[in-house]
Amino acid sequence: MPEGTLTAEQWQVGAEIPELRVTPDKFLTVRYAGASGDFNPIHIDEEFAKAVGLPGRILHGLWTMAQVARAETEAAGGPEHLKRLSVQFRGMGAPEQEICVTGTVREVRDGRVIVDTVAEQSGNQIVRNAEAELEL
Amino acid sequence: MAVNTQAIGKEYEPSVYAVGREKIKEYARAVGETNPVHLDVEAARQAGYDDVVAPPMFAVVFGGPAMVPALFDPEVGMNFAQMVHGGQEFEWGAPVVAGDEITTTVSVKEISERDGRGYYIYESRSTNQRGEEVTRGTWTHIVRGV
Repeated sequence: MPEGTLTAEQWQVGAEIPELRVTPDKFLTVRYAGASGDFNPIHIDEEFAKAVGLPGRILHGLWTMAQVARAETEAAGGPEHLKRLSVQFRGMGAPEQEICVTGTVREVRDGRVIVDTVAEQSGNQIVRNAEAELEL
Repeated sequence: MAVNTQAIGKEYEPSVYAVGREKIKEYARAVGETNPVHLDVEAARQAGYDDVVAPPMFAVVFGGPAMVPALFDPEVGMNFAQMVHGGQEFEWGAPVVAGDEITTTVSVKEISERDGRGYYIYESRSTNQRGEEVTRGTWTHIVRGV
């Protein structure tokens, strides 16, 4: 079992999944743009981002959602366990600042668990009301 | 009501995406995956897969091209200058591995207005070459000041 995976007995209502901390480096948005195909200049062009009123380049929301997904699959022990994930994007994520993903088990039933999850950066919830359904 | 709801129910041409091994690895590295089933063919095969496995959120890679004509559809008429991606949901079925061909069909699920904001919700359904559903996505876009 990979490190950071919860054991069967640990999936209880109120249990926390292992915290995921990640700091996107300066060029992450460029690599993610290439990997995902989303080349919206607000993510990769500092001048463009500022010209449209943003503080600077912002993270792709779907990259941040992928960090939430990773927190769930690492806790459950593999990608096959994640059956559903819904998120709300709020605020904006920025490169070069740490993101912390935390989650709490809300429901356990018939081998499926629901985990309430948030992703925070510098005190702001950039993904909130995330709900993951995992099959154990 | 300022939003045009005529496009509700509209379905777009399916889009086919051939899943490449190096593309999965590139995506997995970009999102920080360390699980070898995403990065190493041998590890994936030992885990019972035919090839490297797409991380769940790779759904945006094969689903993205199908979303483009729907997002830019003049009949939907979203004002991009005021648009934010407000929410996203995926449900996952069969795993996606390198070598799969994924067909995605997008439809307009809902267009509505609430408190001066327009809500544009699309649904995507992606199936593999065997006809198995691999993901269902719900894409919510919010436009301020409609």
